[in-house]
Amino acid sequence: MSRRPLARYALRVTSLTVALGVWQLLTSLNVDLWLRFSQFPTVADVARAFADRLSGLDYWTDLTDSLTRILTGFLLAAVLGVATGVLVARSRLAEDVLGPLLEVVRPIPAIALVPVAILLFPSNEQGIVFITCTAAFFPVLVSTRHAVRALTPVWEEAVLTMGGGRRRVLGSVVLPGALPGIFGGLSVGIGVSWICVISAEMISGQYGVGYRTWQDYTVVNYAGVFVGMVTIGVLGWLTSTAVELLGRRLTRWLPRTSYVPGVRPRATVPVSPAAAVTKTETAPSTEETRDEHLV
Amino acid sequence: MSTSSDTEVTTPEVTGPEASRPLLPEREGQAPGAVRGTRLALRHAALGRPDAAVLSDVDLDIAPGEILTVVGASGCGKSTLLRTLAGLLPLLAGEITQDGGPLTGPAADRALVFQEDALLPWRTLRANVELPLAIKGLSRTERRSQADAWLDRVGLAAHARQLPHRVSGGQRQRAQLARALAGAPRAVLMDEPFGALDAQTRAGMQDLLVDVLGGTGATVVFVTHDVDEALFLGDRVALLGNGRLTAVREVPRPRDRTVHDDPARVALRRDVLSSLGT
Repeated sequence: MSRRPLARYALRVTSLTVALGVWQLLTSLNVDLWLRFSQFPTVADVARAFADRLSGLDYWTDLTDSLTRILTGFLLAAVLGVATGVLVARSRLAEDVLGPLLEVVRPIPAIALVPVAILLFPSNEQGIVFITCTAAFFPVLVSTRHAVRALTPVWEEAVLTMGGGRRRVLGSVVLPGALPGIFGGLSVGIGVSWICVISAEMISGQYGVGYRTWQDYTVVNYAGVFVGMVTIGVLGWLTSTAVELLGRRLTRWLPRTSYVPGVRPRATVPVSPAAAVTKTETAPSTEETRDEHLV
Repeated sequence: MSTSSDTEVTTPEVTGPEASRPLLPEREGQAPGAVRGTRLALRHAALGRPDAAVLSDVDLDIAPGEILTVVGASGCGKSTLLRTLAGLLPLLAGEITQDGGPLTGPAADRALVFQEDALLPWRTLRANVELPLAIKGLSRTERRSQADAWLDRVGLAAHARQLPHRVSGGQRQRAQLARALAGAPRAVLMDEPFGALDAQTRAGMQDLLVDVLGGTGATVVFVTHDVDEALFLGDRVALLGNGRLTAVREVPRPRDRTVHDDPARVALRRDVLSSLGT
């Protein structure tokens, strides 16, 4: 038996609480053992700053700005990445035309494209979306390409011998079959997107969580910096969980092992003797009745 | 698309042993308007992938409605022959025809049944059987009722909403059979469909196959490495070996489990085994 869900949640909350407690202790006591915590804001300072921010209008503007940017960029990247990945995997012409171009651009960190974005786009807003999109595009592209190439050929052959055409193969075999792999790319992509949207905001944004965090740093408001960091952490966690849940929902057909990690035989030992006893007791009796029936 | 009655009239030069062979009793009683089988023929054909020919100089005439079993050692080109007949592999040389016309690519009237794992794993058994009907453009309710009827026919009515990996290998092959037949193909091409099943399940599947094929009138090409299976199911047995079609033999009293010790049958079995070099 694994731990009950309630117990597991309690453990998770405890872990977070202990981490915060250690932080509070180190900062309030101004510990200075090579690592210097004297300049650090305490948990209470950060909490107070957070409460202040929550009541103000700017915080919510920052939040919606950042979310709009990342969602626009990420959704664009998902659509473009899946489309390009399928195209490159399925068409030799597309592979020859797009392949080298994509391989040259891929190693460039998206945040290094800030100068390009400033030159290309009339507004900062579009530049940030462009950078976010580029960041998520490549993980989605690469995982889609691999997933499509790894599809079992008999699925496609089966649909072809039912009279299905290219479009049917695409819709009924390629996309659903590649979905588990595609979601792997989307999960990586949403993480990279956050890194890039925050960095881009720090460099060239007006409003946005990244912009605010950098502003607080320049005006020596360290509690504000931590509020920004906590916000980024929570938003990142929420969005990647959303992607993860959607992926699990859409790929529920995947065969899963019945093995559950953490379940060890020793946990079942205290329970099993009683069950075993009842089993051995009932088994002969049914055998007897069967014998009687035969006689 | 020409009907098979046309075909019989337009191709009077019926070749092969089926000219004198009366139609078998269990395949005669066809419902009026039921789909009839298609004639498939290969002339001087070379088969294989472009860089590696597997079979050469194949001459084969498969009569409408017959069950032709193909035996041979593994790697001898049985699957290549089947994929060529399905239209998935183009010929390297020679000619392939369906009802006298050229056969150019895969089509719904030549269904393929694979050895295993050809069901789409994200679709329930019912949705898998509905797929060929959806490709045909049938309405949702029509698809549903036909798929359910086929699943019922192969004994899977209770498992219609299961995913393929939740049912046994034998049940998956039954679902695949239902999926292939749901599209009302005029030829069913089967690539060792029972090869991965245990002997008991396999005999049951053979009986089921004979049962569900009765009345469809579809031409069947059935590839197997099991000589007994080939002799039980086939009107004729084709032997492959050394890159050629070595012989096509007529089977006395096919699909009859009681003729195991029939002298003609025993002699044929011995011939087939010796020509396969086992």
